[in-house]
Amino acid sequence: MSALRGAGSDALQLALERARAAGAHSADAVYAEGDALEVRVRGKEVDTVAQSRERTLGLRVFAEGPGGLRSALTSSSDLSRDAVARLAEDSVALARATAPDPSAGLPADGFARELPDLALFDPADRALATADWIALAQRAEDAARGYDPRIVNSEGASASTSYTTICYGSSAGFAGEYASASHSLYAQPVATQNGGGMQTAWWASASRTLAGLDSPEAVGRIAAERTIGQLGARRVPTCEAPVIFDPSASRELLANLAGCLSGYAVYRGSSFLREKTGREIASERVTIVDDGRKRGGLGSKPFDGEGQPTRRNVLVERGVLRSWLLDSYSARKLGLASTGNAARAAGGAPSAAPTNLWLEPGAGDLETLVRGLERGLLVTGMFGHGFNPVTGDFSRGARGYWVERGERAYPVEEITIAGNLGEMLSHVEAIGADLRFLGSLGAPSLRIARMTIAGA
Amino acid sequence: MSSPNTPAAAFGARFGIGSRELERALGAALEGPIDHADLFFEASTQDSVSLEDGIVKSGDRHLVQGVGVRAVAGEKQGYAHADDITVEALQLAAGTARSIAAGSPRGAAVAVRGPGAPKLDLYPVPLAPTEVPVATKVALLDAIDRYARAKDPRIVQVMASVVSQHRNLMVAASDGTWVADVQPLVRLNVQVIAQGAEGRREVGYQGAGGRRALAELLAPASWQPLVDEAVRLALVNLDARPCPAGTFDVVLGPGWPGVLLHEAVGHGLEGDFNRKGVSAFSGRIGQRVAAPGVTVIDDGTLPGRRGSLNVDDEGTPTARTVLIEDGILVGYLHDRLNARLMGHAPTGNGRRQSYAHLPMPRMTNTFMLAGRDDPDEILRSVKNGLYAKTFGGGQVDITSGKFVFSASEAYRIVDGALAEPLRGASLIGNGPDVLTRVSRIGSDLALDLGVGTCGKDGQSVPVGVGLPTIRVDGLTVGGTER
Repeated sequence: MSALRGAGSDALQLALERARAAGAHSADAVYAEGDALEVRVRGKEVDTVAQSRERTLGLRVFAEGPGGLRSALTSSSDLSRDAVARLAEDSVALARATAPDPSAGLPADGFARELPDLALFDPADRALATADWIALAQRAEDAARGYDPRIVNSEGASASTSYTTICYGSSAGFAGEYASASHSLYAQPVATQNGGGMQTAWWASASRTLAGLDSPEAVGRIAAERTIGQLGARRVPTCEAPVIFDPSASRELLANLAGCLSGYAVYRGSSFLREKTGREIASERVTIVDDGRKRGGLGSKPFDGEGQPTRRNVLVERGVLRSWLLDSYSARKLGLASTGNAARAAGGAPSAAPTNLWLEPGAGDLETLVRGLERGLLVTGMFGHGFNPVTGDFSRGARGYWVERGERAYPVEEITIAGNLGEMLSHVEAIGADLRFLGSLGAPSLRIARMTIAGA
Repeated sequence: MSSPNTPAAAFGARFGIGSRELERALGAALEGPIDHADLFFEASTQDSVSLEDGIVKSGDRHLVQGVGVRAVAGEKQGYAHADDITVEALQLAAGTARSIAAGSPRGAAVAVRGPGAPKLDLYPVPLAPTEVPVATKVALLDAIDRYARAKDPRIVQVMASVVSQHRNLMVAASDGTWVADVQPLVRLNVQVIAQGAEGRREVGYQGAGGRRALAELLAPASWQPLVDEAVRLALVNLDARPCPAGTFDVVLGPGWPGVLLHEAVGHGLEGDFNRKGVSAFSGRIGQRVAAPGVTVIDDGTLPGRRGSLNVDDEGTPTARTVLIEDGILVGYLHDRLNARLMGHAPTGNGRRQSYAHLPMPRMTNTFMLAGRDDPDEILRSVKNGLYAKTFGGGQVDITSGKFVFSASEAYRIVDGALAEPLRGASLIGNGPDVLTRVSRIGSDLALDLGVGTCGKDGQSVPVGVGLPTIRVDGLTVGGTER
């Protein structure tokens, strides 16, 4: 346990004290302070430079009621003593207007005792000035624009950097804080050929440290490759076929699945995986891990939004559902223990969410999967919101390549791929070794035995 | 803190920001070769009360305040924002914003005129939704829960919420603009889960809202139809069969299916994409992009609507902008920057999520004008197709023009009559092409009930959509069945 040092500690302690004075049974507070820079260049020109500094105090209070605690959640960026005191009093009044909930309350124990250094920032990176970030974005833009004469335009390339300090304290006695950084590079060129339609695709890299970012040249080049690759795309006839997902598309499947693993979706009965604990929900090739202490991970943190230690949880082990993502509330609702997955932004409601979530890699890579496919679809991007977490029904827009005899035959677009996520997971027949993270979610390429493709 | 008639005075009283402070900050931003500078002040309250598992278990209240300072030079924008509204923070932000352009100052003196009140008064709300007592909202949600569960024993979960926002904003710009507005917003959400045979579950959602008083939603006659609809939708979907995949003639129902216009053409007509030449609609003004009879409008001036604004977030009065007239592309949606660079007039579509975000061209309420066809006759005209009655969300790639959106209630049409309900249907197409396939336009234009939120470049803003019943020939339907 560490004492709070940051500028927010006074406001945080004041909020907890005033909540107690106003009659709260218990309370916790999170204070986030950060500064950020985002620059975008387009062609040879700077397009946007945006800088921000923000502080937010979020307070959760519990008030006693018959058979349970009543709760309220408030936040403010006005941290004057008067405003904080008023916030605390308003919070208690608000809590008293809600219903008592037998599951509500702070975690009673199990707080993080040591806060390991998870390599969440490199102080040396602070030395970079705005001009340096502009130069990085320019290198990505130049690499994308210079890749091929058919790259004729762009949405630009951007670089962003932010530093954040999170303090958390509760009336249960826990107090802790940690600092982190997040940097990213992004490029999105536009291509056209023979007077045909335009295509665009993006690529990005994100890291806690500058050293962990892919080079701007790589980001620009891959964005350009993916854009050029889509030129001349057409629809395929409606059919059923095996579908390969590249790591970026596979990652989107994992994002759809992640929401269904949250304890909130489970106790509400809005996850198609409810009642499946201990059962086979996927092919034995599928192992899914959440680990809040992955060194340098963009989802890493020493403690969660309730002061519980983060840890490694195997959610799906060789196809068998082993664990949900739980904070203390959803854990109580399900008669389980927190998994250290409380997510809590200063200005938002607590939830149970992944930290660093990934699908464990297998063997080979995307090219191995493509070479092994006689006839089917390679998906490199998906869009739209066609996923129903309650039923698992899945139907999303897709683009990529039609594959014949192990080769990319032609690019495709304006098609949908549909199935049921539960069945799709059961029909994973191959997983590559090419695990790639973007942000806190990572996935390798994978192949699903059969999906319905709607096209021409 | 709300004094609806003098929002600018409220900023003056709360933060000590008057004409002198505004002019000094704008002057500081102009200490460089800057074409335009503006200040955006915001002090907003957002609250939500939500129910699940039969109890109202939490109330939320969030106060958001800050100021954003922008300097524009040619196509360049410098932006800095801070969450403390003080003279010092303003000066600092102004210095940061102007750093995008080096060189000698324009040195123009700034004189703001005002404070002005917007000419429009589209949402005169006697009591801000955020000021309605929490107990009133709790009672409403409890009533909704009881009513929904009593409707059908198959309803196993009810999630409902009242979300309110009260947004005070003030804009001052180097051209003398000085205007303030107070924007109330309320939204009531009802979501139910029904459980049918063999444990199968389906969800049903309905919501309503707008820049209205919460009192308008409190009467049972207002909220009961929302619950009825959410329950009906969940129960219909319990019987829904997997959707076929392939190309079909599709009938879109009135109202919310206007999200098709939003995705398929609206985004592609936003001025930033067209100024940069990266939209599938770039350079197509004057060309046919829709069938004869198709007229598409973006109108920020509809009273009380979720997408309506008295002034946009750059202080420009909103307007009714014709985008497509009788099938011909005639206009784009503009903020000030893109209008100036394209030599057009601003259309009042410069919007931002909050003071922490740069404005950009965004839609307000986007809809197609009614035609003359009888909606029933439109349905009867389809031999073998799909009726999409309502939708979830959609998304578009504005460069390739490809869009996709998901139906939350859809039916097979066989020989001109509705057949079985379908689940998991999505529609995909190409923006510049899809409206050329419109073969019938109904007389029943309806706007949505006020629940739309549009995301662009990481920013969310409330919007409205509307559509009469239309028939679109040969759309690709994504489903699982052959």
